[in-house]
Amino acid sequence: MQYIIDQLADSIRAAAGHKVPLCIRSGGSKDFYGNRIVGQADVLDPTAYAGIVDYEPTELVVTARAGTHLADLEAELNKHGQMLAFEPPHFGAAATLGGSVAVGLSGPRRASAGAARDFVLGVRMLDGRGDDLRFGGQVMKNVAGYDVSRLMTGSMGTLGLLLEVSLKVLPLPAMEITLRMPMKESDAIHRMNLWAGKPLSISATCFYDDELTLRLSGAEPAVRAAHAKLGGEEIDDGADFWKSVREQTHPFFQSGKTLWRLSIKSTALPLPLPGKQLIEWGGALRWWASDAGMDAEALHIMAKAASGHATLFRGQEVDATVFHPLAPGMMRIHRRLKEKFDPMGILNPGRMYPQS
Amino acid sequence: MNPVINSSELVAKLRTFLPSEAVLHETEDLRPYECDGLSAYRQAPMIVALPQTEDEVAEIIRICHAAKTPVVARGAGTGLSGGALPHAEGVLLSLAKLKRILEMDPAARTARVQPGVRNLAISEAAAPYGLYYAPDPSSQIACSIGGNVAENSGGVHCLKYGLTVHNILKLRVVTIDAEILEIGGESLDSPGYDLLALMTGSEGMLGIVTEVTVKLTPRPEKAQVVMAAFDDIRKAGDAVANVIGAGIIPAGMEMMDKITTRAVEEYVHAGYNLDAAAILLCESDGAAEEVAEEIQRIDEIMNMSGATETRTSRDEAERLRFWAGRKAAFPAAGRISPDYYCMDGTIPRKSLASVLSGIEALSAEYGLRCMNVFHAGDGNLHPLILYDANRPGELKMTEEFGAKILQMCIQAGGTITGEHGVGIEKINEMCSQFKTGELEIFHAVKAAFDPDGLLNPGKAVPTLRRCAEHGAMHVHQGKEKFAELPRF
Repeated sequence: MQYIIDQLADSIRAAAGHKVPLCIRSGGSKDFYGNRIVGQADVLDPTAYAGIVDYEPTELVVTARAGTHLADLEAELNKHGQMLAFEPPHFGAAATLGGSVAVGLSGPRRASAGAARDFVLGVRMLDGRGDDLRFGGQVMKNVAGYDVSRLMTGSMGTLGLLLEVSLKVLPLPAMEITLRMPMKESDAIHRMNLWAGKPLSISATCFYDDELTLRLSGAEPAVRAAHAKLGGEEIDDGADFWKSVREQTHPFFQSGKTLWRLSIKSTALPLPLPGKQLIEWGGALRWWASDAGMDAEALHIMAKAASGHATLFRGQEVDATVFHPLAPGMMRIHRRLKEKFDPMGILNPGRMYPQS
Repeated sequence: MNPVINSSELVAKLRTFLPSEAVLHETEDLRPYECDGLSAYRQAPMIVALPQTEDEVAEIIRICHAAKTPVVARGAGTGLSGGALPHAEGVLLSLAKLKRILEMDPAARTARVQPGVRNLAISEAAAPYGLYYAPDPSSQIACSIGGNVAENSGGVHCLKYGLTVHNILKLRVVTIDAEILEIGGESLDSPGYDLLALMTGSEGMLGIVTEVTVKLTPRPEKAQVVMAAFDDIRKAGDAVANVIGAGIIPAGMEMMDKITTRAVEEYVHAGYNLDAAAILLCESDGAAEEVAEEIQRIDEIMNMSGATETRTSRDEAERLRFWAGRKAAFPAAGRISPDYYCMDGTIPRKSLASVLSGIEALSAEYGLRCMNVFHAGDGNLHPLILYDANRPGELKMTEEFGAKILQMCIQAGGTITGEHGVGIEKINEMCSQFKTGELEIFHAVKAAFDPDGLLNPGKAVPTLRRCAEHGAMHVHQGKEKFAELPRF
């Protein structure tokens, strides 16, 4: 397997030498996400570097190569009664572990279990000079050196090429049920927050079309007790429903030309947007599918007023700004980090922000 | 870097906006600040500054930046790696007076606090809402949230509830340019790179935290603990793996060896089995029905794994008594030995038995006793080496012993510090754990925030030159790993 790393490192060094931008791409399942790379880029494909390196279920840690298909990894964990608790969206069968960590997205369980970054324990990576580096490790507690592994999570390939990732895994819940109840939006936001402040085993929430759907996970007695307290009808196809939300195959996500993702304070009041929204994460994630098109700046202002940020998730046009603009001081640190990790600026340049 | 200003000029500048009692520079006033929780390392700072507001912090930083004067931030001073050890030519910036809880938002389950607020004070303020702040380092009565952020502190419940990095949402940070940054946010994620993770555990090297928004967790309905005794430490290790293998994530899972058990029993009378080679404490929390079921399963697994005795706490008082011994391990060490040195390695749990037997061999070799307490759920091992600083050479031997333990942790695939930080203490071991290219990245991260290297210089990340010297010494002089390298 080392020869694959050597080849990838050679490609990075050659690109750095000629200042040719590289587009890091495995399965391409997240091609739609992020800004277009600046310049005519060569593709750097790490898919061949695949497979599980180390998995000890009783240590709650798995280490796998970046090219490992997410579905394969999850199947292996499932065999041992474990899971990636951040429920990463795949967005297609080709999704790999490396791509999933690079985008850093998390699914319905995020509000209760944590995000991708919360489960990343260590990485092996190539930086923009082709140097093979390791940060973090395979243990849960580690404060030796800055937390570069979490910095890499969600950095969209702009700081380095992920080779291997170590993740904390968790046991599958003994029981999961899905409940549904009719409710108005403002009530739903209020209740999701109220319930999140109580020990009720809620592992996912989704409000759409005047219905609140809840998932309860845990030991059977806890789930039954929580159901009794919360009420609501148990539905049969719960697992399919949460998958459709996670993978955005739910009809809502197809209902507009653009899809905005507003990540805001969970208690923020209903957002005054035309058309329909779908709300997840106990109120902290609001999706807005729209045909009308709305000025990006207006959405940035609205999200900021709700203590959050807005992302143009799907349907971006050329030169649109996908990610919420950063304060000047933050942008300065971003640029400096980019310059240090990738001195020639060849790794996914511009995929996140101009010059980073 | 040479300061461009002398002490009295700097004192005068600071006193233009700080009351005179908030700027200390007389020798006797500086003494309380010359060490943190790692008292083996001492150094008086040039000046101590005690600001009360974020504006004052920013102004101190602006002046120090202009004067090229090093700044070392300090919270409650309970750190165990010398991270807040002052710089002889620098300002020690105490954040102890920034101790207000600014806002509790029970609906959103957050609290916005100043860095000097004590860890436990947050949970106390949240208690009326049925909420608490989950990370609970043993020093939580005294340690401050700013220091927790700087060290990414854990606690006995972090396997289930996470470390500081998992429980904070947002920081306000004064940069070395005296600019105020908001890092993270009240939403569950933020645009751009994850600078919140980068700041957490950065040991005061990247910026000065002036405000922390923490996540609050609903207090579980019930908690109960199983105490199990084992006649073999391996069996105790297997029991931990069996609990996890059964799909249980305990709220806490702690192990103590025999010498620790005996030392603490004498002190707190928790009723531990004194003949056991290892004691395991395994806690379940959650809804009452859930706890009842889980505790029963845990008890079965302990017995199946060869426990010689198991006891389940019958009420809250007994639960707290079972824990009291574990939490008293450090003071108990202080009772049976004039001094002790606490290590903080993390290892994959499967290596526990081999690392512990290695420690036993080293203990015999050096003729120094060693107590072992272990956050068994997450592999974080705290050997406490007992020594007497008044005996010539014993501290040096202790440090050598400790360094060898850390080497074992690295070899087992672990790390030199799970939660106490590198500080000044483990700076040489960083050279063993990381390669040149990795250390270069750490220096690059530092430079992205603090190009002149004024924030806590000399801590956390060794210079490449230091590692070259350290490595050379390691090879040429064998045991003399801690020969007289300049420390400051």
